[in-house]
Amino acid sequence: MISLAEIFHCGYIHDGYNPGMTDKQALLSEAAFHILVALAEGDRHGYAILQEVAERTRGRMRLGPGTLYRSIQRMLEQGLIEEPRERPAAELDDERRRYYRITALGRAAARAEAGRLAALVRMARLSGLAPKQT
Amino acid sequence: MRFYSLLLHLYPSSFRAEYGGEMRAIFEERWSLATGALERLGLLLSAAADALPNALRVHAEFLGQDARYTLRVLARSPGFAAIAIAVTALGIGAATATFSILDHVLLRPLPFRDPERLVKIWNTPLRGPGRIECSPASWRDWRERSKSFERMGAYHPLAANLVGRGDPARVSGWAVEPEFFTTLGVRPALGRLLLASDDAAGAPGAAVLSDSLWRSRFGADPAVVGAKILLDDEPFTVVGVMPREFDFPNRETEIWTATRLRKENFEDRTDAWLQGVARVKRGVTLEQARAEIQAIHAQLSREHPREDGKVGVTVNRLRDEIPRQSRTMVLALFGASLALLLIACANLANLLLARALARRKELAVRTAMGADRRRLVRQLVTESLILSGAGGALGVALAAAAVPLAASLVPLALPASGLPRVDLPILLFALALTGVTGVAFGVVPALRACSDAESRGLREGGRGGASRGTERLRAVLVIAEVTASVSLLIGSGLLLRALWRLQAVDTGFRSEGVLTMRTNLPLPRYAKTQARVQLYRRILSDVRSLQGVTDAAYATGLPMDMRGGIWGVAPAGAPEDYDSRPASMRFVTPGFFDAMGIPLRAGRDFAETDSADRPLVVVVSESLASRLWPGESALGRRIMAARKEREIVGVVTDVRVRGHEQSSEPQVYVGYQQVEDEAIIGYVPKDLVVRTTAARPAALLPGIRAAIAKADPTLPVSGVRLLSEIVDADTTPRQVQLRLLGGFAALAFLLAGLGIHGLLAFVVSQRAREIGVRMALGAQAGSILRMVLRRGGVLAAAGALLGAAIAYAGGRAIESLLAGVSPADGPTFLAAAGLAFVMTLLGSLVPALRAARLDPAQVIRTE
Repeated sequence: MISLAEIFHCGYIHDGYNPGMTDKQALLSEAAFHILVALAEGDRHGYAILQEVAERTRGRMRLGPGTLYRSIQRMLEQGLIEEPRERPAAELDDERRRYYRITALGRAAARAEAGRLAALVRMARLSGLAPKQT
Repeated sequence: MRFYSLLLHLYPSSFRAEYGGEMRAIFEERWSLATGALERLGLLLSAAADALPNALRVHAEFLGQDARYTLRVLARSPGFAAIAIAVTALGIGAATATFSILDHVLLRPLPFRDPERLVKIWNTPLRGPGRIECSPASWRDWRERSKSFERMGAYHPLAANLVGRGDPARVSGWAVEPEFFTTLGVRPALGRLLLASDDAAGAPGAAVLSDSLWRSRFGADPAVVGAKILLDDEPFTVVGVMPREFDFPNRETEIWTATRLRKENFEDRTDAWLQGVARVKRGVTLEQARAEIQAIHAQLSREHPREDGKVGVTVNRLRDEIPRQSRTMVLALFGASLALLLIACANLANLLLARALARRKELAVRTAMGADRRRLVRQLVTESLILSGAGGALGVALAAAAVPLAASLVPLALPASGLPRVDLPILLFALALTGVTGVAFGVVPALRACSDAESRGLREGGRGGASRGTERLRAVLVIAEVTASVSLLIGSGLLLRALWRLQAVDTGFRSEGVLTMRTNLPLPRYAKTQARVQLYRRILSDVRSLQGVTDAAYATGLPMDMRGGIWGVAPAGAPEDYDSRPASMRFVTPGFFDAMGIPLRAGRDFAETDSADRPLVVVVSESLASRLWPGESALGRRIMAARKEREIVGVVTDVRVRGHEQSSEPQVYVGYQQVEDEAIIGYVPKDLVVRTTAARPAALLPGIRAAIAKADPTLPVSGVRLLSEIVDADTTPRQVQLRLLGGFAALAFLLAGLGIHGLLAFVVSQRAREIGVRMALGAQAGSILRMVLRRGGVLAAAGALLGAAIAYAGGRAIESLLAGVSPADGPTFLAAAGLAFVMTLLGSLVPALRAARLDPAQVIRTE
């Protein structure tokens, strides 16, 4: 199993991420994080990802197609997502679409990012900057 | 929907191919859901806002990836990178350097306000090309009668002894009408320009300093305005200083004073010594202005048929005041540098092709793993752009270092200021050149490599077997290289032969071991002939007594340095006639012919006894004697020369007064004592000629200076040169041009040789199996050697033939520079062909030997 540190360090897909700084700096761009969250429950095509993100954020996060596919292209290269060989079940399949699936590495990255965000929120809460958990 | 398709074109094509369809589908869905014009407008706007930054970032990401990838790949083969960068740097450096000269000499607008409206007005000979100064009277009449010009300013050269701060110095400058400055539209850096009141006859002297004189003689003192100076003993007041970039009419100008023309200057309409610059009114064309001046001149010719009727008149744009030879020279050099650039690019393309083929396996693997072909092409083009970018940067550095060396190619009197530099426009040119080089010569190899990789890369893997198409492409590139290098070789050869021919021209004098210098004579003090005679005698007798001096004399100007001073001469009784019998008039002291090494053909030299009260005598050159009295002796004949009837007492060899290339007028020499007081004052002898047997003529200088100072301590000595330097300087622009061109040709030769070597080495390695099989079937090493050599020979022969044809056409275009050498000069073409043969042999030998030494068993086994 490749470690996160390795993936973000290897070859020319290294893109400004520095594993030593994960506690301070975002591991994933906001769009990439949303895309991973949207794919966590199953394979989706691009448009479905957009709808899912919009729904989860109650319309606050509206990705444009450019941002979406630029992120997808990079996440494919980084191995955070992949295009599954098998198509979804026939009744769900939209022939024209390309589907994307989260990889194990993608899950790990999303989990790490969520952990980082949670830690941030905990810190804010201790300082009284965020509401106490109910 | 078309709108969105257009937006998609902002993305890299490989990205568009991959995701464009999906993105368009999403946009379509949203479009169909949108209701109302406002919502749709919002959708369009947000689509644009989404596409622009994302497309830019995708481009940047790709570029970053490709650049990093390239740097890693290049770091693995530093030899390849170094050669590719060096080759590109040479090509771009040469083209940039020559372009900066071309731009400076031919293209760049002059540094004046509305420079396209500036013109010069010249008299012209009635027959043939040429330009002649005009008389003050003609200039006055043109100004009074013409309506085409906003302003007109005349000027004439001036050289004077400056006494102000520091030692006395010799300065050269121009006496100008105040409108000279306003015509050009310039402002002083300090003080003021000359005013009409400064130019009135008898007005007190006013002078404007050049920036360089202000710095060198006045320590850049801002309080210099108002300072009193002496010019040739006459008091002047400094009224202003010009900015550094102003150096009109030529780069050596140090001072400007007013003309202060007197009434008598307007009396003789043949006494022509003014140049004039004018500004054409807005809306008046050059042709209209020229037609008007010519009409006025026609009137003047009717009024003064004996003076104005003897010349024509023309108006030229100031920008076009460049000697034709300079123009041809600069263009020829630029053409040559483009040929060199072409060779460099062909070499670069060949290197990239060879390399891409060597990397075919890697490309094939990447294709098989799903890399888009467009993405690969982009990657390879990025690679060639990075190489050419590095080469371009290095080339610009080379050009910046080389341009000052070529400064002598810029005509002295070019109306543009200063010397060429590598500045912003030149950098932009270099950048464009680099971009074109990188893309044009990178795309083809990249496309070819990728299509090779797709069609056969994996099948044949790393086992070679290049596509025939690639080999053909490389062969074409090699032929282009040979063509360009052969045409450069022939071009340089022709110019070299021209230079040899010119240097072999008999100048009519012996320049070895002769030291020359100028001692200027301040005028009021030395206006009387007798005062000068005393001075010359004292100086010359002291100089002649110095050890190692064999002869010394004074003369009006030196050949190839002073080219003008042309007067009409005629047999006694006939009028002096400028047109039919022009001759260059020189006043000399006895001993001049010995000091210069000009052989006496008949009669005698001047003697100290040829004084003012003795019969007036002249010495003439052979061509004048034979023109006036063909087949007869000229001795004892009488001619009109320097406004008097004089007897010919000697005949000497003709001298190349106008230099190696132009034909010169015959010469008439007049004894220095036989000039009336204050007459022909501009022609009094000022040039000291000293012939010596000393190994180092310059070692005599302190003694000579002491002799001059003893005679008159206020006389500045200037322009110390060997006569051989003056002769050499006459061909300096040619020598510089030839050195550059020769350098280009040598580089081209080397690069073309490398090109042949590269191609054949490639062919041999690609065909190792074929060669192995042939040898296994009984082919001799000798026949394999011949096969490879033949291939190199065919390419070289094709290139050499094409190159010879191009060189012939080029030679015709620069025929004016060839000094009579034929553009089809046999020896030059043969020499170039010989060199091309040697180059081919050297380039082919190593690959051919390698082929002949292949071990068939081993080759076939590895295959």
